[in-house]
Amino acid sequence: MTSTSPTPAAAGHGVAVVFEEMHRWYGPVHALDGLSIDIAPGELIALLGPSGCGKTTALRALGGLDVVDQGRILVDGKDMTTVPANKRNMGIVFQAYSLFPNMTARDNVAYGLRLRGVDADARKKKADDMLDLVGLGKQTTRYPHQMSGGQQQRVALARALAIEPKVLLLDEPLSALDAKVRRQLREEIRRIQIMVGITTLFVTHDQEEALAMGDRVGVMSQGRLEQIAAPAELYDKPKTRFVAEFVGLTNRIDGTVEAGRINLLGTSLPLLPGSATSGHATALVRPESIRLAAQTGSGARVAAISFLGSMCRVQAAMPSGEILIAQMAASDFVSLQPGTEVSVSFLPAPVFAIAD
Amino acid sequence: MLVAVLAYLILPLIAMLEFSTRGDVDPVTKAATRSLQSYAAIFSYPNLVDGIIASLEIAALTVVGMLAILVPTMVWTVVRVPRMRRVVEFLCLLPLAIPAIVIVVGIAPIYRFIGQHLGPLGASPLTLTFIDIILVLPYSYRAIDSSLRGIDTATLADAARSLGASWPRTIFEVIVPNIRGGVLSAAVLGIALVLGEFTISSLLSFNTVQVVIYLLGKRDPFVSVAVSLLALVFAFVLLFVISRFAPGADNRAQRAAEEPA
Repeated sequence: MTSTSPTPAAAGHGVAVVFEEMHRWYGPVHALDGLSIDIAPGELIALLGPSGCGKTTALRALGGLDVVDQGRILVDGKDMTTVPANKRNMGIVFQAYSLFPNMTARDNVAYGLRLRGVDADARKKKADDMLDLVGLGKQTTRYPHQMSGGQQQRVALARALAIEPKVLLLDEPLSALDAKVRRQLREEIRRIQIMVGITTLFVTHDQEEALAMGDRVGVMSQGRLEQIAAPAELYDKPKTRFVAEFVGLTNRIDGTVEAGRINLLGTSLPLLPGSATSGHATALVRPESIRLAAQTGSGARVAAISFLGSMCRVQAAMPSGEILIAQMAASDFVSLQPGTEVSVSFLPAPVFAIAD
Repeated sequence: MLVAVLAYLILPLIAMLEFSTRGDVDPVTKAATRSLQSYAAIFSYPNLVDGIIASLEIAALTVVGMLAILVPTMVWTVVRVPRMRRVVEFLCLLPLAIPAIVIVVGIAPIYRFIGQHLGPLGASPLTLTFIDIILVLPYSYRAIDSSLRGIDTATLADAARSLGASWPRTIFEVIVPNIRGGVLSAAVLGIALVLGEFTISSLLSFNTVQVVIYLLGKRDPFVSVAVSLLALVFAFVLLFVISRFAPGADNRAQRAAEEPA
């Protein structure tokens, strides 16, 4: 496990959260394997990983909806490990639609306040304010079945924030929504989170979401934290093979390691820490680190081009039959067509290499 | 086909109505007259009135007891120990597979004991509540289970808990309102079953309405049929009320669960 120091993301009333060597077993499955994370007040940590990696277990443990077999959870310095869910004051937005179907949007948002003994007028005002905050000020009397999925998740966010929780927990809240609503809502969630300044743990399997939203992103695999770092650092400087392969697209290119550098197709590139130290190795190279240029007689040919708006993604077939994926600004690919012979070069950025 | 089914269901009721409203034969014309005297006579049989009251009390207690046991158990099972769902289902459906006579033989010593040691309370037909709760379990379980499957019970419970609700508040303020249809159906089925239960009451010698109707049938079949018809009408009215007012909440939950993003 590797980690960089937490830094506060927003000047708000967030609290620090510490996961201390957490373990959780489900029968023979080790769902959390010594998970430790320090979250700074006001920070948004995105936990990213494949299904079954333990990220939701960690979130549920923090919310009190699941227990840990070993380890501690500290919130604002207090040990919350055994505190029941209803005493933790955590706001949770779930993956599944979780609004109470028998209550209007306003009643849903006000429910947590009612449990806290807030009087009816204050409840109504607060609920309406929170619904305004998420852009649903005119939908207060609607029932969940009268709202779209995106609206329901907005109400769920308002409901979670209404109780002024110590920590906001987002358990893949966007995964049931279509792409456009997802993008809108994730920006909205981030805006509100920064505005409120609340410490937030966001769990997702979508890398784009994690990299776009997180102050830091933690990548998990088999119950362990592989790396936690700022999105750019995680992308550019993966510290383990899993992170290098899991985050973003990578090309696997054979090369030879010598003196801290790897030779790839005649180009020598620096290596990231943790890479193979000598001999034959496979380098994991980002598509945007590869440059293609039309050149007859080079042996490599363009196999396919995908237009992605401002970017283009080109598949190049090497003489060995291997396919390389390169990504560049659309304007740089004007001269390329499927079948065009191209030369392959690399940006001098460090790469991660795995010993063969 | 529908007409045949309706005729099959309605003809006996018409026959009961015809039979129970027969008056005296007109001595002049020799034609049968119509009269509600059998219905009016219901109150002239104290045993019958006592039996009706006892049965209604048993029905009410049975429904309360059944819901108090079943709803928290089923919600807890779904939310906390889903692997036990099949076990609970098996236990609840078990009374269907056990003949009433076997239940009576098994339970008679217990009733003898409470009859001897609990004084008037032990001899009261209200003690039938215990056995009736067991008898209604299969039907009530099915009704509540189908409602619970219509909502995301675990997520709703998690949401309520995270907002600060205790387990009782989670169950009664969040889950129960969203399975209202199932709970009401379970209650109606319970009432209908208790009001129709004869074998066990008779074998244990308790005078419930069905037992009194049977005994009365030997003395005054007109009154006996009148009471039976009223009991059926009562059950129909209950079912109508449930079908008219109950499903709203469940449907809302169902639609919310199915709503596309």
